[in-house]
Amino acid sequence: MATTGATSGPDAAAPAAEGYNFAYLDEQTKRMIRRAILKAVAIPGYQVPFGSREMPLPFGWGTGGIQVTASIIGPGDTLKVIDQGADDTVNAVSIRKFFARTAGVATTDRTEAATIVQTRHRIPETPLGAGQILVYQVPIPEPLRWLEPRETETRKMHALEEYGPMHVRLYEDIAHFGHIATSYDYPVRVNGRYLMRPSPIPKFDNPKMDRSPALQLFGAGREKRIYAIPPHTEVRSLDFEDHPFEIQQWDDVCAFCGSGDSFLDEIVTDDRGGRMFVCSDTDYCGKRREAGHTGAATQTDEPGEA
Amino acid sequence: MQPDAAPPLLSVRGVTKFYEGILGCRDVSFDLWPGEVLGVVGESGSGKTTLLHCISARLEPTAGTVEYMTRHDGPADIYRISEPVRRLLMRTDWGFVHQNPREGLRMGVSAGANIGERLMAVGARHYGNIRRTATDWLDKVEMETGRMDDLPSTFSGGMQQRLQIARNLVTAPRIVFMDEPTGGLDVSVQARLLDLLRGLVSDLELAAVVVTHDLAVARLLSHRLLVMRRGEVVETGLTDQVLDDPQHPYSQLLVSSVIHP
Repeated sequence: MATTGATSGPDAAAPAAEGYNFAYLDEQTKRMIRRAILKAVAIPGYQVPFGSREMPLPFGWGTGGIQVTASIIGPGDTLKVIDQGADDTVNAVSIRKFFARTAGVATTDRTEAATIVQTRHRIPETPLGAGQILVYQVPIPEPLRWLEPRETETRKMHALEEYGPMHVRLYEDIAHFGHIATSYDYPVRVNGRYLMRPSPIPKFDNPKMDRSPALQLFGAGREKRIYAIPPHTEVRSLDFEDHPFEIQQWDDVCAFCGSGDSFLDEIVTDDRGGRMFVCSDTDYCGKRREAGHTGAATQTDEPGEA
Repeated sequence: MQPDAAPPLLSVRGVTKFYEGILGCRDVSFDLWPGEVLGVVGESGSGKTTLLHCISARLEPTAGTVEYMTRHDGPADIYRISEPVRRLLMRTDWGFVHQNPREGLRMGVSAGANIGERLMAVGARHYGNIRRTATDWLDKVEMETGRMDDLPSTFSGGMQQRLQIARNLVTAPRIVFMDEPTGGLDVSVQARLLDLLRGLVSDLELAAVVVTHDLAVARLLSHRLLVMRRGEVVETGLTDQVLDDPQHPYSQLLVSSVIHP
């Protein structure tokens, strides 16, 4: 983790943009955010308030994640940014470019080469290792918000571990659909204590958070909250005894790389009902194809047009 | 009145509540024994609801004490015990039936979930069992079990009120506080609800405090009455005694104001 040397390093890697402090934020702000992060790591799953700053992108586009990344990144870090698993979508490209310009850090698409991965809505398929940091962009950090609009009351519920009513939502799912239909932003219990919202990742990714060797940081810019899962911490998804937690499954495999164990996106290919399933994690899919794996769309000749 | 051997379930002493100088209720004292139903009657603004909130741990009184006989630890002042304990009691040992069912129900989730919520709040994690209990309770409050997965907003006022009662009774509380439980319902629905309440209270040996301005409701449900006026209790006694032979001029006025069709 190369957070060293970030005290003042504008000339460390000759950033392309002039007139900005290293990684955009001023050092006092970074210190404040780092203090919040330290507290969050010390109390796994607890939401720590912090003074969220204006960033050069609108709230809701990842200002929380970007501030967390800005305060932990150092000149020696390698940054990967994904949006819905893909490295090449607008939000991911913009944030990656932002840090390349303001911090002059190396960026990458490859999960295993990155020291910091900022993500929106996915956890990479390639398992993260010790020393890597996963930064989540969080829209609404409070898992109890839908059942209790008052902040004073939700804080009290957290303090007293009054998490029973959270199961009401899962009950409703089973009553109406016969199974737990919540498929993303699936609530979890961290370290047997705090109820946490894992940001809108699919529940497919929930098991990846459990006892992960990587540090996981969550930043909500608009709601001004930071929380964290330290490495090797237990993360349990809520469920019922007679309706245990399950992840999504597909009948199909990836049309490009033939993967049957990754999260698949459904893509409509024409107006006659044609569709195909492809990996949402572009880096994982690409690596598998380099290794010689093929799928329905790549077996013939060319990768299919999406 | 009651055998001295059994200690009261709820013991209220000198409860006074001022809202920044405005009187809510003053110096109210009474005891409530297990299985007893106490009616609180009086005109609008007489402090009935303030008193009910004060004794149900919802509104801390300016002066006075409210002691509750806990199951294991003897009597405890409900405003002195720790907050986690108090909130646990509110979810398990006490029930609160609001006049407007919308305040007591979660309108966005189904009837079954409304009943199941209190069970889940005390740790039930088996869907099948929660559902079975909820079905039983819908049956007990005379609702069609087929409407279990419907939203409370699709129910009539009387059904919503019955659902609210089921939701409160599912954890087998020892005291239920009711604020005008039949307010806003038409007379035939009111009669059925009262019948139901009377049956449940005697079957489950519940203690209850019922606030009402309706003397007929008070007569049907309660064993004892507290007549309130301008925040003070002006007369107490057995229900029949107070209603048939009122002593205080205000009680006499109240009783004589009832219109008989």
